[in-house]
Amino acid sequence: MSAATAVSRVTAPVPRKVWALLLAVVAVVLYVAFAGQYTLAHDNDAPLFRQINDIREWVDANRNSNILLVIFVNGVRGGITALFDLFMLILHGLSWPGLTAIGAILGFAVGRWRMAGLVATGFLSFGVLGLWERSVDTLALTLAAVVISLAIGIPLGIAAGRSDRFMNALRPILDVMQIMPTFAYLAPFTLFFLIGPATAAIVTMIYAVPPAIRITALGIRGVAPASVEAATSLGSTSRQLLSKVQLPMARRTIILGINQTIMMALSMVVITALIDAPGLGKNIIKALQINDVGLAFDAGIAIVIMAIMLDRLTTQASERLDPAKPGGPIAIFGRTGRAATAIAVGICAAAVAAGNLALGGDAFPEDLHFSFRTPINDIVHWVALNLYDVTEGIKNVTTYGLINPIQTVLTSAPWWLVAIVIIGIAVLVSGPRVALIAAACLGILATFQMWEHGMQTLTAVMVATILTLAVGLLFGVLSARNDRFSVVLRPLLDAAQTMPAFVYLLPAVALFGPTRFTGIVAALIYAVPPVIRLVEIGVRTVSAPVREAAISAGTTPRQLLFKVELPLARPALLVAANQGIILVLAMVVVGGLVGGGALGYDVVAGFARRDFFGEGLAAGIAIVALGIMLDRITQGAGSGQRDGSLPGGASRVLGG
Amino acid sequence: MQTAQADRTNGVDPTIAVRGLWKVFGPAEAKIADSPLLELSSAEFRLQTGSTIAVRDVSFDVMPGEVFVVMGLSGSGKSTLVRCLTRLIEPSLGQVLLDGEDIRAADEDRLRELRRRRFSMVFQHFGLLPHRRVIDNVAFGLELRGESRDVRRARAREMCELVGLTAHMDSYPDQLSGGQQQRVGLARALAGDPEVMFFDEPFSALDPLIRRDMQSEVIRLHNEVGKTMVFITHDLAEALKLGDHIVIMRDGQIVQAGRPADLVGAPADQYVRDFVRDVPRASVLTLRWIMRAARDEDAADGPELPAETIIQDAVPTAIDSEKAIRVTEGGNLLGVVDRVQILTAVGGEAP
Repeated sequence: MSAATAVSRVTAPVPRKVWALLLAVVAVVLYVAFAGQYTLAHDNDAPLFRQINDIREWVDANRNSNILLVIFVNGVRGGITALFDLFMLILHGLSWPGLTAIGAILGFAVGRWRMAGLVATGFLSFGVLGLWERSVDTLALTLAAVVISLAIGIPLGIAAGRSDRFMNALRPILDVMQIMPTFAYLAPFTLFFLIGPATAAIVTMIYAVPPAIRITALGIRGVAPASVEAATSLGSTSRQLLSKVQLPMARRTIILGINQTIMMALSMVVITALIDAPGLGKNIIKALQINDVGLAFDAGIAIVIMAIMLDRLTTQASERLDPAKPGGPIAIFGRTGRAATAIAVGICAAAVAAGNLALGGDAFPEDLHFSFRTPINDIVHWVALNLYDVTEGIKNVTTYGLINPIQTVLTSAPWWLVAIVIIGIAVLVSGPRVALIAAACLGILATFQMWEHGMQTLTAVMVATILTLAVGLLFGVLSARNDRFSVVLRPLLDAAQTMPAFVYLLPAVALFGPTRFTGIVAALIYAVPPVIRLVEIGVRTVSAPVREAAISAGTTPRQLLFKVELPLARPALLVAANQGIILVLAMVVVGGLVGGGALGYDVVAGFARRDFFGEGLAAGIAIVALGIMLDRITQGAGSGQRDGSLPGGASRVLGG
Repeated sequence: MQTAQADRTNGVDPTIAVRGLWKVFGPAEAKIADSPLLELSSAEFRLQTGSTIAVRDVSFDVMPGEVFVVMGLSGSGKSTLVRCLTRLIEPSLGQVLLDGEDIRAADEDRLRELRRRRFSMVFQHFGLLPHRRVIDNVAFGLELRGESRDVRRARAREMCELVGLTAHMDSYPDQLSGGQQQRVGLARALAGDPEVMFFDEPFSALDPLIRRDMQSEVIRLHNEVGKTMVFITHDLAEALKLGDHIVIMRDGQIVQAGRPADLVGAPADQYVRDFVRDVPRASVLTLRWIMRAARDEDAADGPELPAETIIQDAVPTAIDSEKAIRVTEGGNLLGVVDRVQILTAVGGEAP
């Protein structure tokens, strides 16, 4: 009897392992038997791509005659363009001294002299870098996109915060919006809205609106139930409850959501330079095209400065709005209330007038310009010359040791074998429902004639993910166990996470030139900081009593790590893996700009050349399918561990 | 229970009358009316329907001006019950009558009106609004019903004075101690001048010493403003201290209802007996509870005390006189109490 129970206890978990082994054996056997056959080789001129091109021709031809297109496409485009133009007019019209003064006053309002100084220095540095106009373009486009995002996101967030049913309906849509690599949905939107700032604002909104919705809903839901009940028992109407209790108590959280939205909008706005949106992104694209790291460096610095400015401004604002700790009145030169407002308005007006009349308006004085271009290019040149062996060595080891073998297997295996293995893994890791989603996503890859390129991109994602997790785990564990290391690392991670994704291409290109490996390096730099954070949080939150009990039982530090901390941190580690893989995919496809090839390159080519539009669009759809597939499979492994507010860039909330 | 109920009514109409009130959480809620399911025990009901009976066929009257205490352990359904009375939770079955008006029949506007003017509630976790100053928290209910700023400010100031918060009117709730925060809750509930006040374990989140202060505060307020109060607690001492009338709940049902002395002197079942075991009987029970019939050997000239004298208060008399105390009511001799009975009661033994 006891023997029987013992056996059943042992056999219970085995089947999964047996199935995995079986799957591996079958895969190897079938691969050996069928390698090179049933592959879906890529065809640049597939009929499907031409059909998509035809659709585009039709849309272009009927843009101004088809009533639906006129209303929904031209109307939306016109409205958003008008909003953007308005911001451009105002921000540029204020002149550089005027805008700097207004920014400084805003900084003063939320954070006194420190913030005023920070914002003023930030604005002036745009001018000094010779990037005033481009920076203001970026700011105007970001603000336009943020206004649209908040106008849509906050009401939806409020509704989702007050209704479970609405939240449940919205959640899967938000999930998909957040795992779609930004790069991928540029093309479909240009199909209807053409290139330019309006489309840029729309795609930016899609990227930036989920945190506004999620965090607003979170804020409304986080309002103490006791307060809501008390207000209800005092006879408040639903509207009174919202305006007098829920919104005021959630406002701090809502501002945090706005902060996230702004940060994500900024990073997306930079990318939209690819579809001809104005701003600093243009400099980076140009620099990438001519491989001029120094040129991009200036723009990169301006973007980082703008990100820090906007981040600190909104974070400070949110702290001032803490419902329980309202700050004192704002005083300027010892005056408060109306007098202070009058002084502030006076300063701004004087600065605007002086700027437009005497200080060159929108043109920052040229003799104050300073550029990092030459020194940076000198350094890059030196590195390229002197570290060539090292960088080349790293590149070659990875390329020949990891990338090439995996890619060869994935592209030479029959498509059905790859599908069987992926679906099999999905079943084993996340269950049959996820496997169904994976199968559908693979179907999309094949249908859109993107199998081979999809496999190449998958290779890059796998390699970059392996590297990211290895580095992230190492640094995460180190900083969880060593406070000093953690303190040193934290500001670096903060900086890394405020930077728009695009900027990460620069050091990668500088070190490795335009190759497949470059995109992987960029993805590594991009994805490692959040992974380190999540690992560190996971290990650190292992409860002190458990740790204490293990130590008192006589564990060595190594045993403590492998037998207690890592197993208990498993949920956090799985979230880290999921986050890592999604971030890696987003960046790997951006690597198409710097020689990454495959799906990313198809997308870029689609922007650049009209006859590649269809292929680019198909590649974009394939990237989305790949993203959903990878997300669902890895998320299933952590089943339900991911907090609803975490995915995508929102992991910054955790970090910050 | 019936007799205790009859004692109180005395021909006066109850302020709140609860009749056959049920609350079921879960899918079965919609289909329990007149259903044989109601006959099942709570455990069987859950097994068969997957739903939980939180309040089970509860009926009682709350008389005008009295402090009515509902006592029970956590999970006994007392908090659900009090929320059903104001429809913060919708009852499943039964009637709740406020001065004869069925609250369950009220539409949303009427219900809001009742909440704004006729009753108010004090919560265990206070439910204050952290973004408003104390005075604006107190004035919140008045604001909701549209009073002008001057009126509600004046009234709120008055209420702050009443509960001793004058010095803190411009503070924010988070700057106050727990006891002070609950004073804000009290003032807010009083501000609308309601007819009935509901207290949902208002002091259980407070330190014991503060709790005692607040209980005295409620007694003082009750004497000053004379509101009808329905008070929920899990603390028997609190119930005995405050309650004119107490019901004890268990598993959603009332197991006993009566005056404090009824519960201590004549527990209805083992559950109540366990509850009241540690109550110092001599400070709750009257001589009526421990007297015995007069016997021939008892002196006819012993000291006389009314039957409603608390045992404790009879101790000095018993010390002064060796003769048995003669327990009287309206001049009639009901029985006698000698030192044996008094010492037994003071010593904590059951009679």
